[in-house]
Amino acid sequence: MKYLCLIYDEEKKLSSLSKSEYDSLMSEYFAFTDAIQKSGHYLGGEALQPVQTATTVRVRNGKVSTTDGPFAETKEQLGGFYFINARDLNDAIQIASKIPSARLGSIEVRPIMEFDKP
Amino acid sequence: MEPAGTDGPAPADQVREAVDTIYRAESRRVLATLIRLLGDFELAEEALHDAFTAALERWPRDGLPANPRAWLVSTGRFKAIDTIRRRARFDASLNQVAERLDATDGGAEWEEEGVEDDRLRLIFTCCHPALPPDAQVALTLREVCGLTTEEIAHAFLSTPPTVAQRIVRAKAKIRDARIPYQIPSRDDLTPRLDIVLHVIYLVFNEGYSASSGRTLTRHDLSGEAIRLGRLLVELLPEPEAVGLLALMRLHESRRPARTSAEGELVLLVDQDRSLWDREQIAEGVALVERALSSRRFGPYTLQAAIAAVHAEAPTAAATDWAQIVGLYDVLARVDPSPVVALNRAAAVAMRDGPLEGLALIDAILARGELEDYHLAHSARADLCRRLGRTAEARSSYERALALVRQDPERRFLQRRLEELPG
Repeated sequence: MKYLCLIYDEEKKLSSLSKSEYDSLMSEYFAFTDAIQKSGHYLGGEALQPVQTATTVRVRNGKVSTTDGPFAETKEQLGGFYFINARDLNDAIQIASKIPSARLGSIEVRPIMEFDKP
Repeated sequence: MEPAGTDGPAPADQVREAVDTIYRAESRRVLATLIRLLGDFELAEEALHDAFTAALERWPRDGLPANPRAWLVSTGRFKAIDTIRRRARFDASLNQVAERLDATDGGAEWEEEGVEDDRLRLIFTCCHPALPPDAQVALTLREVCGLTTEEIAHAFLSTPPTVAQRIVRAKAKIRDARIPYQIPSRDDLTPRLDIVLHVIYLVFNEGYSASSGRTLTRHDLSGEAIRLGRLLVELLPEPEAVGLLALMRLHESRRPARTSAEGELVLLVDQDRSLWDREQIAEGVALVERALSSRRFGPYTLQAAIAAVHAEAPTAAATDWAQIVGLYDVLARVDPSPVVALNRAAAVAMRDGPLEGLALIDAILARGELEDYHLAHSARADLCRRLGRTAEARSSYERALALVRQDPERRFLQRRLEELPG
C-alpha cells in the first residue's frame, strides 16, 4: 500500500540552525533516503523551497486568481515529502518516525486513494 | 461436522437456549477470528450474524456440533465468501477477493492456539493510536465487549447516532489506512499496551465516578472494564495489566460504602469499612503483590498498592499514611502529574497535619496547574476547615462548587459549605 509522508517543519526553527547543525540534519536525510531506497520502501521524495516562494492559485467563475503564499498561515509549514510503499499503517508509521524532521516538526502520514479502472 | 448427541434432534427451545449461551460465551471470539480470516470488520460482523442465524436453523435439525465455535467460524467464513461472490456480479474486482479468501484454508488455519491471539489482535486494533481516543473506547466496547451502540451511548451520555458514526469512521480508517490486525511487536508493546490500559481504565472510571450527570456510578460499565481487564491479564499477563486489574478490584470493593442509603457521596475516611467487599480486596491485594514482584511495574500497580494500604486499614485513623506518602513519592517519579501531587498533598496532610498539606496544595495551585479542577479546591477547603480558617474554606468550597459537574458531588460540597460555622 502506498502512503505519502508529508513533512511539516517550522521554517523559523530550521533557518536558525547553525551551519554545522544544518549540515548534520542534511546528512541524516541523505542516510535516511538511502536506507529506505535499500529497503524497497522508497517511491519518491522531494524537499520544497521555503513557503515565501509559494503561490496559491484559484479559479472562480472562470477567472484565475493568484495570491502570494500558502492557503493558510500555520506554525509549521509543508517542507517536503516522501512517497513510500509500506506493508500497512504500522510499517508506514515506523518509516515516518525515522524521518529526521519527525523530531523537530511532524509528519502527516496519508494513505493514497486507489481508484478502480473504469 | 459430527453431531454431539445421538438420540436425534433436540427440542427447538433447548437448542435456542444453547445458541443463546454459546452466543454470550463465544460470539466475540468467533468475531475476532472472522476479522482475521476475512480482513474486514463489517464483513466479519455480517458473517457472525449469518453464522448464528444458520445455527438457529440447522442445529435443531442436525443437533449441536461437537465444536460449536469451529462450526460458527467456518460457516461464517463460507457465508462471507458467498456474499462477496454475489456482490462480484456487480463489481468484478471482488472476484479476486473471493478467490483469495477461498484459497486460504478455512479448516485448519485457525487452530485453537491462534484463537486467543485473535482476541488480542482485536483489542490492539480497536485501541490503535491512529484512532481518536473516543473512537478507541467506543470500538472496544462494541467489538470486544459486544455492547450495542445504544448501550455505549447511554453509558457515555451521548446519542446512538454519534456513537455509531464514531464507530463507522474508525472502521473506515482501519480499512482505508490499512491498520493491520496484529499484536504489536516486542519493541512497540509497552506504548501500545499503555493505550489499551488507558481505554480500560477510562471505561472503569466512567462507571465508577461518572464525569457528569445525576447518578454517581454506572455499575455495568465498571463490571465491563473489570471483565476486559481480566481478559487482558489472561491473554497478556504484563505487570501493569495485572496492576490495573488490581486497582479496579480494590476500587470496586468500596462501592457499597461510597454512597449512603440516600445516594449521597461518602468520603473514604468516613466510609463504613464493614461494607467493603472482602473477596474483591483479597483478589486485589494478591494481584498487587503479583505485579510488584515483577519489579517492572508502573503507575497502575503503584495506585493499586496505595488502594491496598487503604483496604487493609481497619479505620481511617489507623491507616499507614507514611507508607501511602512513600508510595505517592514513587508514583510522582513515574507519573509527575499535578493530580498525583494533589493526592500526595492530601496524604501528607493526614500524616503530618493539615498545615503541611495546605502548603503543598497552595504550591500546586500557585503553579496554575489545577486551577479548574474542583477536587483541588475542595481538598483545599477541607484543610482550611480543619484549621478553622472559615473564610478561606468558604471561598474554596464556592470555587469547587462552580467547577463541579456531578450532582452528588455538588450536594456534598453544598452540605460542607452549609456546615461551616457562621
